[in-house]
Amino acid sequence: MTLLEELGRFFPPGRLLHKPGELVPYESDALTAFRARPLAVVLPESHEEVVQAVRWCARHRIPYVARGSGTSLSGGSLPIDGGLLIGLNRMNKLLRLDPQERIAVVEPGFINLQVSNAAAPYGLYYAPDPSSQPVSTIGGNLAFNSGGAHCLKYGMTSNHVLGAKVVLPDGETVVLGSESLENTGPDWLGLFVGSEGLLGIATEITLRLLPKPETYHTVLAAYDALEKAGEAVAAVVASGLLPGAMEIMDSLAIEAAEAAVRAGYPREARALLIVELEGEAPQVEAEARYLDEVIRRSGAYEVRVAQSAEERLKIWKGRKAAFSAVGRLSPDYIVQDGVVPRSRLGQALSEIERLSARYGLRVANVFHAGDGNLHPLILYNGRVPGELERAEELAGEILRLCVALGGSITGEHGVGMEKKAYMPEMFSEADLEAMRRIRRALDPFELSNRGKMFPGGEAPALHQAGPHPLERAGIISRE
Amino acid sequence: MTVLHPTSPAEVQEAVRAHRRVLARGGGSKPALSTPAEGQTVLEMKGLSGVVEYDPGEYVLVAKAGTPLAQVEELLAQHGQYLPFDPPLAEQGATLGGTVAAGLSGPMRQRYGGVRDFILGVQFVDGEGQLVRAGGKVVKNAAGFDLPKLMVGSLGRLGLLTELAFKVFPYPKATATLQVAFPRLEEALEALYRLAGSPIELYALDLVPPATLTLRLGGLPEALPARLERLRAFVGRAGDLLEGEAEAQYWRNLKRLELGEGHLVKVALTPRQIPALEQALGSAPRRYMSAGHLLYLAWNHEPARLDALLRLQNLSGLVLKGPTHQARIGIDLEHTFGRRVAAALDPQGRFSPTPP
Repeated sequence: MTLLEELGRFFPPGRLLHKPGELVPYESDALTAFRARPLAVVLPESHEEVVQAVRWCARHRIPYVARGSGTSLSGGSLPIDGGLLIGLNRMNKLLRLDPQERIAVVEPGFINLQVSNAAAPYGLYYAPDPSSQPVSTIGGNLAFNSGGAHCLKYGMTSNHVLGAKVVLPDGETVVLGSESLENTGPDWLGLFVGSEGLLGIATEITLRLLPKPETYHTVLAAYDALEKAGEAVAAVVASGLLPGAMEIMDSLAIEAAEAAVRAGYPREARALLIVELEGEAPQVEAEARYLDEVIRRSGAYEVRVAQSAEERLKIWKGRKAAFSAVGRLSPDYIVQDGVVPRSRLGQALSEIERLSARYGLRVANVFHAGDGNLHPLILYNGRVPGELERAEELAGEILRLCVALGGSITGEHGVGMEKKAYMPEMFSEADLEAMRRIRRALDPFELSNRGKMFPGGEAPALHQAGPHPLERAGIISRE
Repeated sequence: MTVLHPTSPAEVQEAVRAHRRVLARGGGSKPALSTPAEGQTVLEMKGLSGVVEYDPGEYVLVAKAGTPLAQVEELLAQHGQYLPFDPPLAEQGATLGGTVAAGLSGPMRQRYGGVRDFILGVQFVDGEGQLVRAGGKVVKNAAGFDLPKLMVGSLGRLGLLTELAFKVFPYPKATATLQVAFPRLEEALEALYRLAGSPIELYALDLVPPATLTLRLGGLPEALPARLERLRAFVGRAGDLLEGEAEAQYWRNLKRLELGEGHLVKVALTPRQIPALEQALGSAPRRYMSAGHLLYLAWNHEPARLDALLRLQNLSGLVLKGPTHQARIGIDLEHTFGRRVAAALDPQGRFSPTPP
C-alpha cells in the first residue's frame, strides 16, 4: 500500500487531493512571494479525521501544515514541499453559542466575522478584528495571534480565546484552558495561542464574547504633515483617554484608499488620523469634549466627526481598504508589521522615508498608531529585474529598525516564513533555544509547520509575486 | 534550610546550577506557595528589585521581578496610571514576580482583564540555569512563543522570573461604588448576568454572599452621576452608594484578602457553577469577583476537605495561605502538553517541590 493509499482509507477522493491541478490553489497563502507544492491536501470534517491525518504524518515522518483560508501575510500557512496540507475550511461549524455565559465554541474553519454576526442578536461581539476578518478563520487567527485595530485597549486574539481542544503532533488530544477567565496553573493555552501551528492543531475553540459598546465617537482629522498626526496621538494618550482605536494613513495610502472606495477623505492631506472612542453614552460624550479639544490644538486643518453609523463606517471603509487599494498604485507590494514604542513613531517614519528614498522604492504607511504597530507597504514591480530583492532588503532594514528602537519584528502577522531570519535580531540564541526545546518536547521530528518561525532551514525560492487572487477581487485586504 | 539572596540574574543562574532543588520567594505574602519543602533551597528574590523602564506615554512598565507591587503602584499613581489587573496583597508586601507566578488578579480585572492580559514580556532562568527572554516591551507583539503568558500561574515550576514587562493604563479620574442587596442568590445572579452582558462598563462586578452585588464605576467625574442613575435603573434598586475616600479605602482593604480565619484559597470558575458551590461551601467567608469568574475564600477546616469539595464541583483551586502540603487542589489539570513543556524548561526537575 502506498502512502497515499493509506491516507485514502481515512479520506474519500473528494477530500484527498493529490493531482497537480488540485494542488495549485494551495501552493501559497497571502504572502504570494513564496510557493511550494505539497504531496497532498486532505480536507477533514471532524476532530477524528484531523487525528488520523496527524497520526499518518507522525507514522511516516511527513511534515504537515494546517491551513484555514490562507490569508497569512507572513507565509505561515505556506505548504511544505512534499508534505501534507491539512485544510480546515470544512470544519466550519458554530458548535455552541451561549449568550448568558458570553462564549462561542467554534470549529477552526469558522470565519472570524461570522462569530460577531452570530453574537449580534444578543448585543455581543468578538473583539479581535484583523482586516482579513471577512475570510480569515478562527483557527488561523488563533495560530498567529491575530490583531486588528483595537489591540491597545482590548488585546489580541490570545486575550479572547478561553479554551482549545488540540491535536498534538503525535496525534494525542489535549484540552487547554476552560470557560473561566481565571486559571490555577500555568497558562498552557497562553503558550499555545500564537505558536504558529508548531505545537498542534486546534479543532474546537472556545471564544469569549464582549457586550457591544453602547455608542461610538469617531473623529477624522487631516494634517499637512505626518509628524503632526503622530504628535496628536501622543497628546491624546497624555490626556488620559483610552480610545478603542487610533489609526494613521499617509498621503500615498490616502490616495490609494480614495481611488479604491471613495471614502471621501481630504485628498490633499499629508496624513489622516482616525480616533474612535467607545463605551457608555454619558462617558463617551464627556470624553469626546476632551478629545475634540486635544485634536483642535493638534494643528489639524480639517476635523470631521461621524454624525451617524453610516458616516462612521465610511471613515473605516477607507482605512480597511487602504492595503488592497495600494495594489492600484503598484503591481506588487510587500507589507511589514513591525512595532515601535509609540514615542518612536515619528523617528521610525522619517527613517522609513529616508530608506524609501535610498532604495528608490515608494513606501505607503498605514498604521495602528495607538499600539505603535507600523504597516509600511513597499511598492515594487516584480517584472523589473532586481526590484523584488531590493524591496525584500528594504523590508529587512525596516524590521531591524523596529528592533533597534525597542520594538518587535511583528505586531500581528506572525513570524511565519517571512520573518524567521530576523528572529535572532530580537532574541538571543538562549531565548530561541528555550523555544526550540519546547517545540521538540511536543514534536521531536519537527513535523508540525516545519520550517516556520525558527531561523534556518531551506526557504523556497522567491518568485515574482502579485496580490492574492482574493485580494485582487477586493474580498480580503491586508492590515 | 539554605537561603540565598541573589541580586542579579547571573546570581540566580549560578544558584540554579549549583542547587539540586530551588524555590523562589518574593515578599512571602502567599506562604503556601513560598514555604520550601524539605531539601529545597530558597532564593529570596527581593534583591532583584526596581523599575527598569517606565515612560507613562508608552503605557509600558518594565521592572525586576522582586519589585514590591506597592512600589510599582505608587510610581504609576504619580502619573495617573495603574496595573489594570489590580493585583491583591500589595500591602502585605507581594512582589511582581510572586503575583505573576501565582497568577493573581483582583476585583478590577473585571474592566480590562487579568494578569495574563497585561503581561508583555518576561526574563527568567530556566531549569538548566539559562537566562531566557521572551515577549517584548511594546503593547503589541506576535514574535516567538508567548512565554510571558505561560509563566502566569506557573508557581516557579517552569522558570525563576527575573524581569517582567506589563501594559499599564490610565486610572479612572473618578470612581464610585454601589452595593446592591438582593433577597435571594438567584436574583443577584440574574442581575450579575444581565450586567455582564450589558454595555455598562464596570471596573468591579463582585458577588458578596449571600446575595449582594458590589459594583464599581469609573471614568470622568462629570459623567459619573448620570451613569450611576442609569446603573440604578438597570438593576432596579437604589443600593448603597460609596464615594470618595471611604470608597477608595473599601477597595484597598479588600485587596488585603483578609476574608477570615484559616486558609486563603483562590478558585477559578464560571458564574454557572456558583449556585451549587454556594450550597456546598457553608459558612466559609468568600467573595466572587469579575462577574463570577474568580473566587477568593477563607477555609477554616482541613484543606483535604476543600480539595474533595472542589473535585465534586469540577473546580480547581490554589491555596495561598495556611499550612498545606499541596497548594493546587481540586480537579487535576495535568496533561501531556503541560508535562512535556515543563520537562523542556526544567529537565532535571530543579523547580519541582518533590525529588524526581
